[in-house]
Amino acid sequence: MIGRHFSTLRVIAILLAMAFLLAACPAAAPTGGESMAANEEMAEEEVMEEEGKVLTILYWQAASLPGPYLSGGTKDQDAGAITLEPLANYDPNGTIVPRLAVEIPTIENGGVSEDLMTITWTLKEGLLWSDGSDVTSEDVVFTWEYCSHEETGCTASEAFLGIESVEALDDRTVMITFDSPTPYPYNAFVGANTPIISSAQFGDCVGAAAQTCNEENTAPLGTGPYRIIDFKVNDVAVYERNPHYHGEPAYFDTVIFKGGGDAASAARAVLETGEADYAWNLQVEPDILRDMEAAGLGTVISAFAGYVERVLVNQTNPHSDLGDDRSEYMDGDNPHPFLTFPPIPQAMSMAIDRTLISEQLYGFAGQPTCNVIPAPLHYVSDANDGCLTQDIDGAKALLDENGVLDSDGDGIREYNGMPLKISYQTSTNSVRQKTQALLRQWWLQIGIETELINHDASVFFGGDPNSPDTYQKFYTDLQMYTTGPTIDPQQHLSNWICEQIPMRDNSWGGGNIFRGCNSDYDALFEQLTQTPVGPEREALVKQLNDINVQSFYQIPLVYRGEVSAQLNTLKGVWINGWDSQMWNVGEWHR
Amino acid sequence: MGQYLVRRILTIIPTLIAISFVIFAVLDLAPGDPTSALPETIRPEVRQQIRKAMGLDEPFPVKYGLWMRQFFVNEPLSLIEKAFDIQIGDGEKRLRVTSWGSRGVPVMDMILERVPQTLWVVGLAYVVAIVIAVPIGVVSAIRQYSIFDQVGTFISLIGYSIPTFFTGLLMILLFSVKLKWFPMIYDTNLQVVDWHSFVEQLRQSAMPVAVLGFFQAAILARFTRSSMLDNIPMDYVRTATAKGFRERYVVIRHILRNSLIPVVTLIALGIPAIFSGAIITEQIFRVNGLGALLIGAIQLNDIPLVQTVTFIFACLIVAFNLIADVIYGILDPRIRYN
Repeated sequence: MIGRHFSTLRVIAILLAMAFLLAACPAAAPTGGESMAANEEMAEEEVMEEEGKVLTILYWQAASLPGPYLSGGTKDQDAGAITLEPLANYDPNGTIVPRLAVEIPTIENGGVSEDLMTITWTLKEGLLWSDGSDVTSEDVVFTWEYCSHEETGCTASEAFLGIESVEALDDRTVMITFDSPTPYPYNAFVGANTPIISSAQFGDCVGAAAQTCNEENTAPLGTGPYRIIDFKVNDVAVYERNPHYHGEPAYFDTVIFKGGGDAASAARAVLETGEADYAWNLQVEPDILRDMEAAGLGTVISAFAGYVERVLVNQTNPHSDLGDDRSEYMDGDNPHPFLTFPPIPQAMSMAIDRTLISEQLYGFAGQPTCNVIPAPLHYVSDANDGCLTQDIDGAKALLDENGVLDSDGDGIREYNGMPLKISYQTSTNSVRQKTQALLRQWWLQIGIETELINHDASVFFGGDPNSPDTYQKFYTDLQMYTTGPTIDPQQHLSNWICEQIPMRDNSWGGGNIFRGCNSDYDALFEQLTQTPVGPEREALVKQLNDINVQSFYQIPLVYRGEVSAQLNTLKGVWINGWDSQMWNVGEWHR
Repeated sequence: MGQYLVRRILTIIPTLIAISFVIFAVLDLAPGDPTSALPETIRPEVRQQIRKAMGLDEPFPVKYGLWMRQFFVNEPLSLIEKAFDIQIGDGEKRLRVTSWGSRGVPVMDMILERVPQTLWVVGLAYVVAIVIAVPIGVVSAIRQYSIFDQVGTFISLIGYSIPTFFTGLLMILLFSVKLKWFPMIYDTNLQVVDWHSFVEQLRQSAMPVAVLGFFQAAILARFTRSSMLDNIPMDYVRTATAKGFRERYVVIRHILRNSLIPVVTLIALGIPAIFSGAIITEQIFRVNGLGALLIGAIQLNDIPLVQTVTFIFACLIVAFNLIADVIYGILDPRIRYN
């Protein structure tokens, strides 16, 4: 008996001891064999950390890989942007500024050919990779080959569309040749989504081999202010100052790019505890952010690109009696019974208090707007700014003048005997549902009744051709969502020409979701595709915006941005909506 | 016992194969596409290329067979190579299970990178829970309906009815935001090299360990208490007391030892839960353990990673069930498997 008792206790004791040992091991042993060297370096630095200058950046979505080519998330692009550089960046105003290039090629300086078929970039002199080797134009050529190779599965290949070849003319000059005249030639190698990578490092990683280049993918050589020393997948990246950087040496000794958690606690870590210096994309209720900011440690900052939350007005008849012909354009033979009569959507637009929506619902992340092209500044029209003030009486008067009256006294107006009852769909999202409720209330005041519908985002944006609830099918009178132009609005504006109308025949594939066709628009757009960057192009973009807004195909509501937070002690941050938020991390200091 | 063990281990093999098939099939057939996390501006053709590069357009049996081979042959070989620093065959060319989210990175490397954090934080919480729970359970049972028992019952009730994400948030608000005692971001790169860094490590582990430990302790304390109460009225206890042993001796040598048998089993069965990590707790405190890895993989539709991690959890559960049965046999002389 005694012996057995002893063994019982012993088993318990051994169990406990094992648990302790297991628990204690990570504290002593370094993790992972292959990054041993990096870890040893790190251990030394850890001791120094007291004196060292450390920048902690918090992304609540952790980076999967540093760089934009194999993983398309913003988190990955931004983790890359700390070390990788493109030929040029966009600044927050949407202006292109040189980075690895000496200057921005234009027609005036001869960098862009007169026929808009080529662009020639020149690299700065004496550029070095973070391991000390030379950067040459071959690296630029290689980057194009790498990303445009089909089997690489490159997530940024969009930017290289329409490029026929990239050639190295000499060590510092590359010429890009397009397959057709390209008025805006700055898509490739400009911005954090197409940085230059090293041909020496990634030479064997092109095509299918990209999937097996574990070490290269997690530790790319860069030319930027910092270089990567450790990358833990989906967790944290550590960078140190790059001694071979071509600019002023960076201020911080170490940059820590930590991922994970959630947006609210990321905001708290900057604004309330000051543990992190910078937190990205804080999708948090505006009131909560204001409370946190009141602690006085940090500031909430916003970046704006081109995103506009807007209401699309169906120009075709979505009535359910039509069966398969619902919301089919049918060469204009299936118009909407009353929304194609401009005064009605115009009155609806006038009745909206955009300032209230953006302040109350979007907070730091929204500004009221009356345009579908809200940025960059030189493309923004000021012809529609009247909509910024709500005018319910004006809206009523407008409907009265046009004979849209409430003839049967039920509070709802009629047009050609048809009561103005509309259905209004969007994706399920608390801010969107609150916006819907506000609009409904304002429209009721001018005699229009609205039925509110919401669909789960995965269904609404899912694009399943068998689902009736997708935004492409648009089986309601109105719908609301956000999209926006990239830095050059041509691609975005191309969505709204007549041939882009989604219908059965093209499996609802076009971008003209509101199904509006205007020959003036199409003619001006054709002109835009042949007009190089300059004042003439700017005027055309404004005209296209105005035609779209003034035909009331779309009712813009809020110009949406992204919210981040920074510590007040951190200087030099210039938050950027057009490029990576890390675009100027080399200039950050205390 | 030996025969019993062999039989049990043999039955494990078909069980695991069945589990692996179910996990693989469910995840493979489930809707969801790794390219859906990519920006909307990427065109369908490009998405198709990316899918192809990841090997998604292979038929199901091919994918399953490949994964089985990678998991049961290639990965163990790579592990052995790494552990003993030797070369078996053509290691460079051996195909390993790689992640879709972080393309090119072997899933097993990602898992191994995460294990230490999970073992440290969740394991420590488990140890803390046991150390606290057993004495509380014992005292509660002996002094049944005393103030101590009432308070203990009340706190236990709170402990397992409040979800960890709530206690976690409360702790952060109190200890990080208000008092500023503990950091709210877990620093995975912290290396324990001296006393100072050890203290740092303890500070950053304090909150997650407390949150998890509280939850576990609540359950274990209740379990210990009821197990003790089952044994107190037994005849052997009366006999021991009648022999004139001191109460402390009777409680520790007789009642506790017998009461711990089911508790030890419960603890053994709970060990796989250490590995699966307290998913939510890891997420709240940014501890990059296995739980956080799984959550991230699910969000990114990183199917190979989800499949592998889930299957490893399944293996652990099967293994610890066996271990619990064996421990039962060792601890309780009345149980014989032959």
